[in-house]
Amino acid sequence: MGASETHEATTTYREAMREALREALRSDDRVFLMGEDVGRYGGCFGVSLGLLEEFGPERVRDAPLSESAFVGAGIGAALAGLRPIVEIMTVNFSLLALDQILNNAATLLHMSGGQLPVPLVIRMTTGAGRQLGAQHSHSLEGWYAHIPGLRVLTPATLEDARHVLAPAIEDPDPVLIFEHGSLYNVSGELPSPTAPVGLDHAAVRRPGTDISLITYGGSLPKALAAADDLAAEDISAEVIDLRTLRPLDDATISASVARTHRAVVVDEAWRTGSIAAEVSARIAEEYFYELDAPVERVCSAEVPMPYARRLEEAALPQVADIVAAAHRAVD
Amino acid sequence: MTVARPARARKDSAPPKSGKKTRATGGNASAGAPSGRGVTGHRTGLLESMLRIRRFEERCVELYSAARIRGFVHLYIGEEAVAVGVNEALTPEDAVVSTYREHGHALARGITAEAVMAEMYGRTTGCSGGRGGSMHLFDVSRRFYGGNAIVAGGLPLAAGLALADHMRGQPNVTCCFFGDGAFAEGEFHETANLAALWKLPLLMVCENNLYAMGTALERHEAQTDLAMRAASYGMVAWAVDGMDVEAVEHAARRAVEGIRNGTGPHFLELRTYRFRAHSMYDPDRYRHKAEVERWKERDPISLLTDRMRENGELGDKQLARIEQRITDEIDHAVEAAERAPEEPVEHLLHHVTSSSAEAVS
Ligand SMILES: Cc1ncc(C[n+]2csc(CCOP(=O)(O)OP(=O)(O)O)c2C)c(N)n1
Ligand SMILES: [Mg+2]
Repeated sequence: MGASETHEATTTYREAMREALREALRSDDRVFLMGEDVGRYGGCFGVSLGLLEEFGPERVRDAPLSESAFVGAGIGAALAGLRPIVEIMTVNFSLLALDQILNNAATLLHMSGGQLPVPLVIRMTTGAGRQLGAQHSHSLEGWYAHIPGLRVLTPATLEDARHVLAPAIEDPDPVLIFEHGSLYNVSGELPSPTAPVGLDHAAVRRPGTDISLITYGGSLPKALAAADDLAAEDISAEVIDLRTLRPLDDATISASVARTHRAVVVDEAWRTGSIAAEVSARIAEEYFYELDAPVERVCSAEVPMPYARRLEEAALPQVADIVAAAHRAVD
Repeated sequence: MTVARPARARKDSAPPKSGKKTRATGGNASAGAPSGRGVTGHRTGLLESMLRIRRFEERCVELYSAARIRGFVHLYIGEEAVAVGVNEALTPEDAVVSTYREHGHALARGITAEAVMAEMYGRTTGCSGGRGGSMHLFDVSRRFYGGNAIVAGGLPLAAGLALADHMRGQPNVTCCFFGDGAFAEGEFHETANLAALWKLPLLMVCENNLYAMGTALERHEAQTDLAMRAASYGMVAWAVDGMDVEAVEHAARRAVEGIRNGTGPHFLELRTYRFRAHSMYDPDRYRHKAEVERWKERDPISLLTDRMRENGELGDKQLARIEQRITDEIDHAVEAAERAPEEPVEHLLHHVTSSSAEAVS
């Protein structure tokens, strides 16, 4: 995806993220990584494997099972001038730290009249698809995107996995990074070196003219696959990767809809009160008269994620669902 | 590990009798008096700090009744010895994290009555620019990190401030105030364990005023010996008479010394009492007037003035002078707040993110 590649290396999303962490720890001694099993275990999804050996237990800091305490400690350390990266195993567990994230990280700057920015990065896994059942599979990033004061990132490509961390650490405000569990093993060529990626813009992952497939995170590969299928039927689908759920990049969304006049929003979260709902509402508010068809949404079924493979697959947005939604809009 | 047993929680929550104070590991409470001012000068300073808080809070009652200030306002009357005594043990480099009942902590820390009053008026000159109010006082220049209105919510953050000092090898202490009610919250227990595990330079100051809103200690804790429970996390924990400012100071100094010596977090249970209702909204139906009256016999300000008078350290004239100084200060704070500008509505969205407004220098 990057244009200025000198040479390409094969890597995985997991390794790209690890490399980003390594770079951050090397280049700035205010940076440290803290979370459950980030050190000796190597990270519950293996992202931080080897970092303990390289940077030691102070900077790759295993925390006890106290999401609220170690997220809050990250906030306090950030206030004191450090640049903590806090890892939470999965988004479901982040609910035990919701108080710290919402009532402290997101509000301190405002409550203090601008005195207390919180330069904190929180990373966590999100999403389903691995038969982990109803307490390890949800997509709650949209909840966090509801909260003023936070920035919410959903890197979906190798390049973003490798390059969003540095600007996230630079950001003076709290940044939440959601890593979809199904992406960790995605492998491919990572152009290197590349220019730093920004945090403000959505990306057009595939240009098209007939319909916009607007998505993010773990649904991006599905939307791209759907675009392939649609191309076989001579329907030219544009795929937009939101990348940042807060603040939303309205300009990229509306420019795409202005081109295609049709939109399908694909979001692995539940439909009700989702980011898909927000994007659809914004399109309706701004581009109602541009639209040639109602906005379509492809979301997860409104059910706690079931374990059984058939049921989980049925609950999640699938390529065929996206294709069907596109047909409804185009036909 | 030292555990001084607190006075057993009594059914009627009676105050400890003078002379039978619970206190940190024995020792003469007044032995801690440091500073070049000598004992008398030092006590006078403590007295003035406590009186400033008392008079400030009394003015808040008037202003609230006159609808000049609004919101939830939690008064510190009766608990002044805690903020003042603990603050004596801290340096300007140390950090403080507080609760929603924090006017006293803020004033003791040196935030001016003017800045606190203006905050309650919601004015730009307030210590949080009018965006915080009574429960969210901040002053980063004094390392005063709020003003947290989530019970126990400041504790994890305080651990993080302490962690930063710990990682950078700085000799600072972070002091976190919280109530007895926080003992029922998971965040308290998570933080106690984390701080003890990592030997963080954290002073945990539990203001045990025997009530969490209307719920008495023995109605919210299965085990009411709070210092003992804190000690179970592997940290030094003492129960101290929170009405005796010199006992508080003595214990806080010892705790801070221990923390600076690298022995990890220390816990102080300061046994105190709030003379007023929980907040301005509270009709105070859950306790007997007689109980409140009994505790008022151990008013921290009278305790100190009596001691000073007995020793010939305080005369009526001197007390009147102090009172006058404080009255003038608070009058001035109110006048200044009344005149202070309000933030223009166009600035509504400032300070949501760092890019949404000018950074504060
Ligand atoms: C998490 C949370 N739950 C409930 C409340 C409502 N509330 C505010 S103060 C308070 C009592 C707290 O008592 P304590 O910790 O003893 O402090 P005190 O008010 O006695 O100083 C309660 C229940 C709150 N602010 N935060
Ligand atoms: Mg209480």
